[in-house]
Amino acid sequence: MKKRKLIFLVPYLAWIALFVIMPIILITVYAFRDEHGFTLSNFSQFFTNGTFLRMTLNSFWYAFLITALTLLISYPTAYILSRMKNQQFWLLLIILPTWINLLLKAYAFIGIFGKGGLVNSFLGLFGIGPANILFTNAAFIFVAAYIELPFMILPIYNAICDVDPAVMQAASDLGANKWQAFKRVLWPLSKSGVQAGIEAVFIPSLSLFMLTRLIGGNRVITLGTAIEEYFMTTMNWSMGSTIGVVLIFLMIIVMISTSSSASRRKKREVKL
Amino acid sequence: MSNIIKLEHVKKQYDDGFVALKDINITIESGKFYSLLGPSGSGKTTILRIIAGFSEPTEGRVLFDGQDITHLDASKRQLNTVFQNYALFPHMNVYDNVAFGLQLKKKEKNEIKKAVKDALHMVQLDGFANREIAELSGGQQQRVAIARALVNEPKVLLLDESLSALDKRLRKDMQFELREIQKKLGITFIFVTHDQEEALAMSDEIFVLNEGKIQQSGSPVDIYDEPVNDFVARFIGDSNILNGRMVKDFEVEFGNHTFECADAGIKPGERVEVVLRPEDLDITSVDKGKLHVRVESQLFLGDHFEIKAIDTDENEWLIHSTNSTKVGKEVGLYFDPEDIHVMRFGESEAEFDKRLESYEGGD
Repeated sequence: MKKRKLIFLVPYLAWIALFVIMPIILITVYAFRDEHGFTLSNFSQFFTNGTFLRMTLNSFWYAFLITALTLLISYPTAYILSRMKNQQFWLLLIILPTWINLLLKAYAFIGIFGKGGLVNSFLGLFGIGPANILFTNAAFIFVAAYIELPFMILPIYNAICDVDPAVMQAASDLGANKWQAFKRVLWPLSKSGVQAGIEAVFIPSLSLFMLTRLIGGNRVITLGTAIEEYFMTTMNWSMGSTIGVVLIFLMIIVMISTSSSASRRKKREVKL
Repeated sequence: MSNIIKLEHVKKQYDDGFVALKDINITIESGKFYSLLGPSGSGKTTILRIIAGFSEPTEGRVLFDGQDITHLDASKRQLNTVFQNYALFPHMNVYDNVAFGLQLKKKEKNEIKKAVKDALHMVQLDGFANREIAELSGGQQQRVAIARALVNEPKVLLLDESLSALDKRLRKDMQFELREIQKKLGITFIFVTHDQEEALAMSDEIFVLNEGKIQQSGSPVDIYDEPVNDFVARFIGDSNILNGRMVKDFEVEFGNHTFECADAGIKPGERVEVVLRPEDLDITSVDKGKLHVRVESQLFLGDHFEIKAIDTDENEWLIHSTNSTKVGKEVGLYFDPEDIHVMRFGESEAEFDKRLESYEGGD
């Protein structure tokens, strides 16, 4: 009886083993090897060479900027959305772009931001430009934020919808103005959604590589770009794997730190 | 006593065209316990939301202490609300919930502590300050909600169906406690409920609402004994309502008999409705009774028997009696002239009061 049930687990376990566990083992093995066998030189190179550390900081910095910009746009959007009438329709409009292939969207932006693109033709009407928009850091952050937006809006929207409207009225009833009601009631109660959104945006942003090339014009070098470079161009799989392993650890750290701050609520004891 | 809240010609129409309130005029005196009583959809909660500031009337004015507050933000009104499902802040403990209003007012820390302690004591939750909301029972959450509102020393406390989520026993206890708190603090309570027993037990004054209109207002005794129309008579307590005809002052005809009654000021021959409360009907022998009925069914309800009987004209009578009888038995029904209450069709509350004054000398 019990054995028969386990049969259903086989496809799942096979999938995990082949496409999750195996690759992790493989890149770990590659990271600790060079032509001569076992070595720690890849890691010592990573942590002593300024270029790698700068790339790591760069990755974090851009992931942070992308996440911050996405959050800044998403929270008000999610809030307004939760107070709208045809919520399902607006929600669909937000989800819709995720159905379009990422590469396609990237090429669309090349068209929009390019020398003869939409933005420059528009600026041309006022006699400005043509400006160099494509291949700038700002363009890279903008497009990355655009692509990540739905993944930030949805969890925040769900969290805000879960807040009982009566609780907001209670805050107002007790004398809270709009800002106080937001700061003391809505924000703490929707924080779980913000945390989920940050995880969904920050972690993938750490390893973006296609956008850095297509939109950022290779000016922004992140860990993601470096990995691609080592695997595809210089064929130094060991160094590429090392960066991959470091990236996995960084992601785990980010995940632990965001999720623990969500569950941890400072308990204050008051003596009366 | 001075008036604290006044609603003048308040109307409320929602965007979809639904008219929730039609010309509501209410005067609330300070220090009294009021109930807004009505079935769901009657507009009672809408009135409360307009007073609290969560909803604006389409027409009319709301006055608070003589000041027009129709468009004033809820956060600036000197009143507090106990919500239907309490609406406590789930991310705060009991202390922070109760202290919320005072912290916003930037009160001194020790002052807040003392006020919270007193408020928790008043609702019998001493020692609960550091509990989480999720750890509390429904009754305890209810008390926290009351403490959170009262700690701000509002002039008026609004309660929105606040007891309806509690079980019967707890509800009875809370009714008693709320009344005690109201008397002790001497502030005005406005209580919204659909439970007529609750309204009768707690209120100084009741507004009975139906379909966005106030049907009748008055003390519980007035409303119970002298309902102005059949809606009020049916909604408040059980009643026997029969069609009848006024013979002359202090004499009414129903069920093919003429009875002495206590009502006057109605044209002879006018069609009326007659209300007889089931507990005012006494079962007696056929020859002593004013009406001759046959017992159809009998239910034992613990504190009384609910008896259904049919008279010789096929009218059904509901009788509450402490003594049992036998199903199928022929009995007589006896009632006093004062037990008969005559209602005119379409008579408004104002007209009713005026007529009452005309023959009772205004007492």
